[in-house]
Amino acid sequence: MSKKRVLLDEGLLGVVIKRLCLQLSENYYPFENTVLIGLQPRGINLLTAIIDELKNIHPNIQIVHGCVDPTFYRDDFRRGDKQLLAHTTKIPVHLDGKNVVLIDDVLFTGRTIRAGIEALLEYGRPEKIDLLVLINRKFSRELPIEPLMIGKSVDHYDGQKVRVVWKSEKEKESQVLLQQENNG
Amino acid sequence: MAEKLLSTKHLLGIKDLSVKDIQLIFDHADEFKEVLQRPIKRVPSLRDVTVANLFFENSTRTRLSFELAQKRLSADVVNFSAATSSVKKGETLVDTVNNILAMKVDMVVMRHASPGAAIFLSQHIDVPIINAGDGTHEHPTQALLDAYSIREKLGSLKNKKVLIVGDITHSRVALSNIDCLQKMGAKVMVCGPSTMIPKYIHSLGVEVEYNFDKALAWCDVANMLRIQLERQDGDVRLFPSLREYHLQYGLTAERLEKVKKEIIVMHPGPINRGVEISSEVADGDYSIILDQVENGVAVRMAVIYLLAQGIQRN
Repeated sequence: MSKKRVLLDEGLLGVVIKRLCLQLSENYYPFENTVLIGLQPRGINLLTAIIDELKNIHPNIQIVHGCVDPTFYRDDFRRGDKQLLAHTTKIPVHLDGKNVVLIDDVLFTGRTIRAGIEALLEYGRPEKIDLLVLINRKFSRELPIEPLMIGKSVDHYDGQKVRVVWKSEKEKESQVLLQQENNG
Repeated sequence: MAEKLLSTKHLLGIKDLSVKDIQLIFDHADEFKEVLQRPIKRVPSLRDVTVANLFFENSTRTRLSFELAQKRLSADVVNFSAATSSVKKGETLVDTVNNILAMKVDMVVMRHASPGAAIFLSQHIDVPIINAGDGTHEHPTQALLDAYSIREKLGSLKNKKVLIVGDITHSRVALSNIDCLQKMGAKVMVCGPSTMIPKYIHSLGVEVEYNFDKALAWCDVANMLRIQLERQDGDVRLFPSLREYHLQYGLTAERLEKVKKEIIVMHPGPINRGVEISSEVADGDYSIILDQVENGVAVRMAVIYLLAQGIQRN
C-alpha cells in the first residue's frame, strides 16, 4: 500500500494555475515577443491549462506556444535504468530575440530542464529563457537551475514522489499527490 | 540493466522485428524528420558511440545515408570499403571485424555480397549489427524507409495494395519489403517476367501477376525495382532485351494514364531511366523517389538510436 497525500486538489490547482497566469501577464503582457514552450511529455498538460486560462484573462490576445522534447539531449542516455522514448517537438517561430517561458510540471534535479534548454537553443538565440513549474521539489537540485514562477514548493523525504494527475477519460479530477515511491 | 526498446539486439532482417518494433521505429523517424528540418540538424545523443560502416560491396546512397544518420546523431564514424582493405590480402570476415572492434567500436553497419553474412557475424561478435544488405537476402532499412514513405503519403499501411515490379528473384529489397509491408497490414503483389519471379513466391502469401497493366490497375503503390544490368551480361539472359523489358514492364506516363487513378510511384534507386521507369514518371507528380531518400536518413537515425540504447557504457 502506498501512502498518498493530496498536495493540491482540483479547486486549489485551478487557483494556482490562475495565479501563475497572472504572474505571466505581469511579466510578459501583451505577450508580443513571448513564446510559451511546454516541456515534453508532462509539461504539455500544464501548458494547455495555462493557455486556456490566459485566453479567459485576455480573450483578444494571441499567445504563441509550442513544445520541446529534451530526449535527444539527455545526459542519462545509455546510463542504465530508463527507457528514453522521443516525443514531438514543435517550435512555431524562430527563437532569436524572443522571451521564452519554459513550462514543466515538476522540477526535481534540473537535468531535464538542462536538456530542454539545450534543445531550445537549436532554434535560435532567445533574449532570455525563464522557467515556470507547477511543483518545485526543494533541496534536490543537481544543477544550478531555479524557476522564476512556482505553483507550489514541496519538501519531501527520500523515496517520495510527486505525481501530477490531469483530468482525462481515465482520471476523474485533476490533482497533485505526494506518494511513496513504489519499489516493487 | 535497461529494458531494451526494440525486441532485438541487431537489425539483421525484417523478420527480427515485431509490429510494435516497426511502429516504434516509425514514431522515432517522425521525430528525427523534424530534427532534419531544423537550422541545426544534429542532436548529441550518440556523442560517445563509435560506429563502423563496413561495406564489402559497393554502395553510394545507402552508405551516405547511414553516414549522415550517424553524424546527425553525433556518433563517431569510421568507414571501410573492401576495395582498399586487407580482405584483399586474404583476411577472414570475422578477423577483419574483430580487428576493427579491438579499436573500441560500439556498433557495426555491414553490407556484404553473401546472403546471411550479417547473421553469421552476429554469432561471432558482441556489438549490435545493422544489416545494410546481404546478397539477395535482406535489406531491412530499405524496407523500413519504403514502408515509412508509404505510411507518410497514405496515412497508414493497413489494407493498402502495394505492387513490386521487376527482378524479384535477385532482389533483397523485394524480400524485405514483402515481409515489412505484410507485417504492417498491407497487401502485396509482385509482377515481372516469369524468369524473375521465384517459384517459392506463393509461400510468402503474395499475389503474382505477369501482366503489368492488370497489376497497375490493382495497386495503390508501385515500387519499381532496378533491373540489374550486370545480370544481363552473363550466360543466362533473364529477358530478351532492355527495349523488350521496357515495353512489357517499364512504367511510362501512358501506362499510368490508362489506369485512371493516382498511383504512388517508388524506386529504391539507382534508376535506369528508360528501362524500368521513364524519366517523365520518375520526375513526375506521383513519384516519391526523392522522399524515399530523405526519409532514409530519418529512418536510419531511428534504428541506430534505438539499437544504441542497448549498448552499456563501460
